[in-house]
Amino acid sequence: MNKSELIEHLSETLNLPQREATAICNTILERMTEALSDGDSIEIRGFGSFVIKKYEAYEGRNPKTGKKITVQPKKLPFFKVGKELREKVNND
Amino acid sequence: MTLTKADLIQQVYKNHNTLTKAQAIESVEAFLRISKESLIDGSDLLLSGFGKFHVKQKNARRGRNPQTGDELTLDARRVVTFKPSGILRDKINGTS
Repeated sequence: MNKSELIEHLSETLNLPQREATAICNTILERMTEALSDGDSIEIRGFGSFVIKKYEAYEGRNPKTGKKITVQPKKLPFFKVGKELREKVNND
Repeated sequence: MTLTKADLIQQVYKNHNTLTKAQAIESVEAFLRISKESLIDGSDLLLSGFGKFHVKQKNARRGRNPQTGDELTLDARRVVTFKPSGILRDKINGTS
């Protein structure tokens, strides 16, 4: 399922115009993005949680050329599926 | 700080002044329910600009209890993985 299909479902479920459902979907995703950008974690019961992991700079290699390069410090989001969803995904 | 469902409801309520509080709650609940149903059906969830939730089939394998060293069989199962989109990664790293 992609975002436009999700919006379509949302619009039907809430009985709201597609334009409104799109805006709501964007509000939710933008708020989540903002939290992660601030380095905050997200915890949604029954769905899962996101945490930001920080990586220091390290020396890596370009796997194609073998050339040494310095990988800049970076942050990445990690998702851990919640108990309810994990069990349902597995049992269905 | 941790963002919760209550925070998402609050944001929806604040941004969409045509919605009642009950509708804001239902909006967030419906968003999560639809997302979960997709994954429970075994269908990946692609949210452009945010990331992709993938349902991965894992085969049964023999493993060990790391504490006791006992051998055991891990059954085949389905797990959910998340891959952040490039846009999300850039925002998190402040490069966009």
